[in-house]
Amino acid sequence: MIPKDRKLYLALLAPTLLVLLVFIVAPITQSIISSFHRIIIGLPQLNSPFIGLENYQELFHDSVARHSFWVTLLFVSTTTFFELLLGLLLALLIHHRFPGRGSLRACVLIPWAIPTVVSAQMWRFLFNDAYGMINYAIFGHGVAHYIPWLAKPGTALFAIILADIWKTSSFAALLILAGLQIIPEELYQAAKVDGASMWRRFWHVTWPLIRPAILVALLFRTIDAFRVFDLAFVMTQGGPADATNVLQLYGYKKMFVEGWMGYGSTISVSVFVIVLVLAVVYVRMVGRRLLEASL
Amino acid sequence: MKKGWLKKGALVVGVLMAIFFSLVPFLLFVSSAFKTQTQVTAIPPQLWPSFDIDFFRSAIVRYDILGYLVNSIVVAGSTTLVTILLGTLAGYALARLPRPWAHFSLMLILACAMFPQIAIVGPVWQLLRWLGWLNTYQGLVLPYVALTLPLTVWILALFFREMPEELEAAALVDGCSRIEALVKVIVPLSAPGLFTAAILTFIYAWNEFFLALLIVTDPARQTMPVGIALFQGEHTVPWGEIAAASLITTAPLVVLVLLFQQRIVTGLSAGAIKG
Repeated sequence: MIPKDRKLYLALLAPTLLVLLVFIVAPITQSIISSFHRIIIGLPQLNSPFIGLENYQELFHDSVARHSFWVTLLFVSTTTFFELLLGLLLALLIHHRFPGRGSLRACVLIPWAIPTVVSAQMWRFLFNDAYGMINYAIFGHGVAHYIPWLAKPGTALFAIILADIWKTSSFAALLILAGLQIIPEELYQAAKVDGASMWRRFWHVTWPLIRPAILVALLFRTIDAFRVFDLAFVMTQGGPADATNVLQLYGYKKMFVEGWMGYGSTISVSVFVIVLVLAVVYVRMVGRRLLEASL
Repeated sequence: MKKGWLKKGALVVGVLMAIFFSLVPFLLFVSSAFKTQTQVTAIPPQLWPSFDIDFFRSAIVRYDILGYLVNSIVVAGSTTLVTILLGTLAGYALARLPRPWAHFSLMLILACAMFPQIAIVGPVWQLLRWLGWLNTYQGLVLPYVALTLPLTVWILALFFREMPEELEAAALVDGCSRIEALVKVIVPLSAPGLFTAAILTFIYAWNEFFLALLIVTDPARQTMPVGIALFQGEHTVPWGEIAAASLITTAPLVVLVLLFQQRIVTGLSAGAIKG
């Protein structure tokens, strides 16, 4: 028997808890506190007075922030939907047993492994208005029709959405694949014997059993999509006309470009609250079962 | 018979589409690194590069890409070492703690991974400024350790749980201390799990951009992603050099993926697999 040495376990956990406390828990608490103060980095002599809910009132009336919120919501919902859809198709494909499956899995993982900054530069290049491959693929030599994708509000948002779908669908695929792998082969055999078509086998065997894995992928993808920053920073800098000014980018600009630490914190606390609410809703749907099954 | 062909056809089409979707955009981009300046901005675009390496030379000589590369190696390497060390200790404790305690702690640790970076970055920046750690390696490594620990602890706790307790008990009977038993028995047996966690941590630290952009503003200490994002030409965007730097940054990751595809797949799906 291994003795249950509580003190030892606590000592082993201590460094991890300390790092998380200093670099995650304390900063979040500080962000919440800062959001009730007026803090301007360039003007320390103002002494960051407490101003109650003023920052939040300002945020509510800030038309740029509201626009940024809707842009982020559109980005999150569109990318998550297509990533789960493509992820499901990819997962079904790489679950299938055939020669070269390992190489295909590695191929599919490459967009996930590429740094987001690299994929952002890549799409910026491919979407170029003059020598970009995408214009060429659509319009060929008809240079007059070439679209300045990243310079028009609608197409710029479309471009960063496409870039995100390209990069993260394979991650969704892996999570869904994990769900596919635990479905016992016998179930399919039994359904086949009963004469169920491929379509019926998908809806009545596969789908109900991979739903938990899809919900997990939905949770991870939604939370992660709210953090979008790199793509917008590199591809469009939030423009044109704030069309891609996602929340994390707007918060960054307020805090670090304009120096409004207090007001910027209000934006970051709002993002945090949105993510928290979503996480609680999702975890209610899947979380408890997941945790108890795993440990 | 006819149905079998149909199914095979669909499979082949699916595989080809997946390969096209995953690789072609990237190949079109990095092939620019092997072109000449006129080829890169040619209208219509030219598909086939002339295999010039001038852009690599220029990226190294004029933009000091190797300096950024060294910073990336130091930062990602140290992050991986520290995270795996701390994660091993914490993961072991969680695997051996009584269940309700383990659940509770793991929930808390995992919750830390859910936060948007924007919610921590202001205070982290102020803390590092106060410590005088902006523009230092440790200023970047410590926040990375905090951000990669939750997934690492999760993967390792699951892995250690599967270890038979008898082996450890036998080592204790032989006179090992608890720590010695952990280091000599559990850790070697858990090499695959440790390796998976190390790969995922390394990839995260290698690719991270948001914190790196804010914490390190001195070009001599910046990592590759920041270098690639901030690349400035004198008049035009230096696409060839950006592509060359991108290829240099991505190559080690592609090698990791090709070699350890299976481990990455199991590691990433650790959370979902038992749902």
